[in-house]
Amino acid sequence: MATLFELAKVLRSKNSGPFEVTLDILFDSKSKYQRVKDSGKINVKTICDLYNLTENQVHHLVFFDQALGVKITMAREVSSGSIGDRDVYGAQQHAPLMEITIE
Amino acid sequence: MTEEIKILSPCGMLGYGFPASSFMRGLEEEIHGIVVDAGSTDAGPHKLGAGVSIVSKRALNKDLELIITNGVARKIPIIIGSAGGAGAKPHVESTLEIIREILLQHNLKAKIAVIWADFSQETIIEANRANRIQPLTANIPPLTEETIKETISIVAQMGHEPILEALENGSDIIICGRAYDPSPFAAIGIYHKKDPGLSYHLGKILECGALCAEPGTTKDSILGTIKDDSFTVQSLNPLRKCTPITVAAHTFYEKEHPYILHGPGFTLDLSGCEFQEIEPGVVQVTNSRLIPSEKTFIKLEGARKSAYRTFVIAGVRDPILIENIEEIEHRVKEQVAEYYQEINPEDYQVNFLNYGMNAVLGSKESVPFSGHEIGVMFEVIAKTQELANSICATVRSTFLHFGYEKRKSTAGNLAFPFAPSDIEFGPVYEFSIYHLMEIDESPFQIEYL
Repeated sequence: MATLFELAKVLRSKNSGPFEVTLDILFDSKSKYQRVKDSGKINVKTICDLYNLTENQVHHLVFFDQALGVKITMAREVSSGSIGDRDVYGAQQHAPLMEITIE
Repeated sequence: MTEEIKILSPCGMLGYGFPASSFMRGLEEEIHGIVVDAGSTDAGPHKLGAGVSIVSKRALNKDLELIITNGVARKIPIIIGSAGGAGAKPHVESTLEIIREILLQHNLKAKIAVIWADFSQETIIEANRANRIQPLTANIPPLTEETIKETISIVAQMGHEPILEALENGSDIIICGRAYDPSPFAAIGIYHKKDPGLSYHLGKILECGALCAEPGTTKDSILGTIKDDSFTVQSLNPLRKCTPITVAAHTFYEKEHPYILHGPGFTLDLSGCEFQEIEPGVVQVTNSRLIPSEKTFIKLEGARKSAYRTFVIAGVRDPILIENIEEIEHRVKEQVAEYYQEINPEDYQVNFLNYGMNAVLGSKESVPFSGHEIGVMFEVIAKTQELANSICATVRSTFLHFGYEKRKSTAGNLAFPFAPSDIEFGPVYEFSIYHLMEIDESPFQIEYL
């Protein structure tokens, strides 16, 4: 068992336009990437549970083998910089991912 | 072998700064274009709404002086994308003013082209009536005429077409209003008859400066070279290095999908790309495919003023207060509403963010609170600045002296770092337009100066 925090080289969040936040999980070795991908743990349900979302709010969840990474893009509840926003750049929304455990 | 086209990207954001040594190392090569992105929506709607820049004029001047004096002297075309941050008229004009000052100061002459990206409300209303406008994603409401009329600043992201035209007309410096970030870079490759897919993919990488190297940063220069069936990228600073993984991983950056990118009039399919290190630190990319769309859509961006804000930052150290902070804040709000009964509750709102507890993630925070001190930020959002100021002053005094249960610290609840404690923020904006508009021909006007 290992946490995603231990396995990933990059765990980050950022706006993808003002109405979406995108989460990137990148690895520095094929074996770690494959282990996480094969675990099936990174899926829409996991993300919905972590971020209190409904499935249609997860706009993309895609693995990209060449880059050893997975990208998850989700709808923002409040658009960037509008009243009620907490994170204008969406730069600190990645922390909940860190605790995901992989067999 | 046909000509290799080299593009120098000084940094990922004009005004962020870059080492002159990296930039000058790039100029040792035969460079076909110096291209720099100056824009982003990352910092929120305020820049577009208020017509201001996110970088200082001083920093803009510093970066532009290095670029303009070296580029113009060597007759290398210079392209600035999304000038001034948001790429609307005031942003383009302030960039133009700085460039003119630099040219004058250094006794240089250059043919300048300005490509405007502003759209009038009438144009947008007309397109909306013709059903040519649609929200970009499902969480954006369809556009209404009321929204359009409230949105004073409207721009759209240009593709490479008007920039290409300005290059063909012999421009030395091209100042673009809002542009799709990779477009100004792609224009150089396409001008030299290189593959549009490779040109745009390289643009997507170069627009962030040295972020595709390791260690990555937007504050350093990067060199891109387009060949006939591939392109390469390499760092211009010996302290950074591009590897196949860092370049491939950069494709992820701030986009909604890792390998399908939507641009004005096309889709970029990078699923079949191969990333290879062909020389130490030189990464070659192949198989970037551009698929032209049946219809051309451009992305509109508009910001409207939604309210006014006044806010306060304070520290809380009292353990009894911290333990009950959310309940106490709720009661402060109630007491303020009671005091201002004559004000329509819809005309204002009071929000609290408790830093150290759950301010960043809100309801998504799963870690239970522990700690001995928190930072409290409270804001009043109101229809007018006067209302925001008045209500915020009452929230502050109510909170400061609020007599909660079991209170021992009866002299005051808040540690203000500053006097005065209340900060008038000014207007608050929101992205009221973030939609796609169908076009038949390029609506971006070029002006030659």
